[in-house]
Amino acid sequence: MADKRTIKTKHLEEKSFTAALADIIKNNMRQYTMIIALLLIWSIFTLLTKGVFIRPRNLSNLFLQMCTIGLLTGGMLLVMVSGNIDLSVGSVCGTLGAIVAYLMTRAGLHPIIAILITIGCGTLVGCWQGFWVAYRGVPAFIVTLASQIAFRGLTLLVTNGATIGEFDPGFKIIGQGYIPRLFFKDAPLHDLTMLLTLIAMVAFVFIEVRRRRKRIAKGFAVLPKSMQLIKLILILAAIGGVGTVLGSYMGAPYAILILLAVVGVFWVITTRTPFGRHVYAIGGNREAARLSGINVKKEMMKIFIIAGTVSAVASIVFTARINAATTSAGMLFESDTIAACIIGGTSTSGGVGSVFGAIIGALVMASLDNGMSLMNLPIMIQYMVKGLILLVAVWIDIANRTKK
Amino acid sequence: MNYMSEFMLEMRNIRKEFPGVVALDNVDFAVLPGEIHALVGENGAGKSTLMKILSGVYPKSSYEGHILINGETKQFQSIKDSEKAGIAVIYQELALIKYMNVSENIFLGNELAKNGLIDWDETHLRASEVLDEVGLKINPSTTVINLGIGTQQMIEIAKAIAKKAQILVLDEPTSALTETEIGNLLELLRSFKSKGMTCIFISHKLKEVFAVADRITVLVDGKTAGTFKTEDLSESRLISLMVGRELTQRFPPKHNTPGEIALEVSNWTVLDPEIPDKIALDNISFVSRKGEILGISGLMGAGRTELILSIMGTWGRRVSGDVRLFGSPVSVRSPSDVISAGISYLTEDRKGSGLVLIKDVKENMALASLKKRTSGGLIDCDSELIAVEDMVEALRIKTPSLEQLVQNLSGGNQQKVAIGKWLLTEPKVLILDEPTRGIDVGAKYEIYVIMNRLAAEGMSIIMISSELPEILGMSDRILVLSDGRLAGELTREQATQEKVMTLATGGK
Repeated sequence: MADKRTIKTKHLEEKSFTAALADIIKNNMRQYTMIIALLLIWSIFTLLTKGVFIRPRNLSNLFLQMCTIGLLTGGMLLVMVSGNIDLSVGSVCGTLGAIVAYLMTRAGLHPIIAILITIGCGTLVGCWQGFWVAYRGVPAFIVTLASQIAFRGLTLLVTNGATIGEFDPGFKIIGQGYIPRLFFKDAPLHDLTMLLTLIAMVAFVFIEVRRRRKRIAKGFAVLPKSMQLIKLILILAAIGGVGTVLGSYMGAPYAILILLAVVGVFWVITTRTPFGRHVYAIGGNREAARLSGINVKKEMMKIFIIAGTVSAVASIVFTARINAATTSAGMLFESDTIAACIIGGTSTSGGVGSVFGAIIGALVMASLDNGMSLMNLPIMIQYMVKGLILLVAVWIDIANRTKK
Repeated sequence: MNYMSEFMLEMRNIRKEFPGVVALDNVDFAVLPGEIHALVGENGAGKSTLMKILSGVYPKSSYEGHILINGETKQFQSIKDSEKAGIAVIYQELALIKYMNVSENIFLGNELAKNGLIDWDETHLRASEVLDEVGLKINPSTTVINLGIGTQQMIEIAKAIAKKAQILVLDEPTSALTETEIGNLLELLRSFKSKGMTCIFISHKLKEVFAVADRITVLVDGKTAGTFKTEDLSESRLISLMVGRELTQRFPPKHNTPGEIALEVSNWTVLDPEIPDKIALDNISFVSRKGEILGISGLMGAGRTELILSIMGTWGRRVSGDVRLFGSPVSVRSPSDVISAGISYLTEDRKGSGLVLIKDVKENMALASLKKRTSGGLIDCDSELIAVEDMVEALRIKTPSLEQLVQNLSGGNQQKVAIGKWLLTEPKVLILDEPTRGIDVGAKYEIYVIMNRLAAEGMSIIMISSELPEILGMSDRILVLSDGRLAGELTREQATQEKVMTLATGGK
């Protein structure tokens, strides 16, 4: 390591395959353990349900079930990485679901207009909470706890205590519908889904290759060729696998496409924007962030506005799937969302977390729900299992930190 | 181990090491019963470390040497042990619980309980008694937050008396007090002396030391320079003892020539944010020049860091004053205003407020200059990487990769990462607060070289430092602050350790 430019490209390329592999595994331990844990959970449920769990029909359902929580994890991730917490997502989702339902049925608005208004309402909720947290200094824990209670009341007000239900098919499709088939109506695989999967795979290869070329041209470190190939194959297998599972049942649901789009946006926000970096810095060391010229208050405000807006999207998908707005809609969403983030490696003390991890976490939570229901476990056992898993996930986070 | 000793307290051959530094090197310290014994020395001379050993904050196993009280060897594992031996330490930062009342505070940790329940009548009665002893006429059920700093200081002393302290240690007790309060406190110490209490008094303010102390022990760089009777010393003799070291530390040669005025601060007056009506910075005016290293010296609590923080817009309430950069006024409402104007500030506490330790080298270094590398709302990761990599090379930061978490780097390399962060903002004025604190000699030298290079390239550098040799070795010009005021300005040629220390301790 005597070379002063140890960071340089060549250094990594000269490494043997096994040394590079060891490096990669060491640096991404957290992510790999999460994926392994997910696969382990899936194997256990597959065994316990005699293979029912792993069938395309069930997995398709599982992906659909995770959409609401998956969407919510995006906003929660930002809030938690900044060192705060949002206890209000469940209640807020309930209220926003009731609003969209009210606008369509009682006010008779077109679904698209109702959706736009609801998303606007979500943004407003974010402004409200962000104002109190950022500019009035009330701890997020309290602000969102207050919202949790207050929005439960607002839901009752909007729904008038009754279920609002049966929506326009054009709205229902957001939560329940699948994208249409193109030409082959009777093929064993859904043609449009497979086409989209293929496009995604080709696009991924294209982007990866281009990025690699660009980095080499600029003299940056890149993975050894063999390693890059393995990475490419594994990710392509994952994309293809999910696509094939969806394609061999009813095709890709619209909700999944929405989730993928939102996840994509959050991935860009967290990794490529100054705002995203600021969020991590604020959670990692608020004082250092402030003295680095970051307007902490403004960024906190933005975090809550984004979280509120994404809550609206989640509430729309959820309401459409249930095809009704109930007074109890959204109950316990906050605990599932927080658990998903934490299982996905988000630190409870801020500064650490990733969109990828949070989505895997949401998948773990949904898998637990789905698997235990398939096994016909009583609901009380399901709650206890989920509670314990949350506890253990936080303990692992804390044990990891104290070890350092 | 008992033997007759004339001393109430003896600390013998105390040696304490922190990773990489010897904080105390065979220090001897002996206090006679019933005297007021002043402990003086520069910042970092080891006074507070010595008192932390005495109070058991550093347990027996963490240092070498012996503590004897009335000739009897004592081993303190914790503060509780030293309290049992009759030692009470009152720290600079008051340790009162602000939302508890006076009697609750006085008996905190020594609650007067019967059968596991607190006897409140007895508590209030005893509290009034000790308040009487320190001459405070307040209701013991007053909540502490409603009391002034001076009164709180007295309550700390009352707390020590309630613990039946034999030896009272006061660490910089007057730094937050007004003139009247200081007078009262010194008067109280004299009255304690007349009752036979022993007192150790740590202060930077030599006037106070000469006013109350019977004897004075001087620490220099972790060694005892001697113990003297107050009447045998003059102020100038004491100052030369305090700085009595040979300048052995090496500094790189300088080739910079100061040019036009870069930063101009005028009539800068700021109120303390926590102590109402206390003027923390009193009508300070100074300039820094292009291509110059301006040193700011002063003792702990003189207001050096506060001066810079207030210029960055994050500390205190400004009463008057303005900041100009190359003639044009700078708005000082928030750090981001000041940074984008071209003034960057390296904080004195790199772990607490300088770096995000759980993030990697790249993210830390890019943090303050993300705006420069953003187009269309997205960070240009490639140009970011190139900029950071070049800076890592230019500052010779030793890190296995740019993805290394900053917490895994050595102190010197962490400091370079922090400096690199500010250099990436391309500042016109770079303010460095204790740039070499807690890093090893080699890394210090490298940072000096970097500073000289930046100055030679035309940057205006302001360096705050508690280390006199550093101030003298690096600065082209030196400002000395004392008690929130600009006590004086010295050129490189004029400056000596004695002159700086005389100004810093409030002398002429």
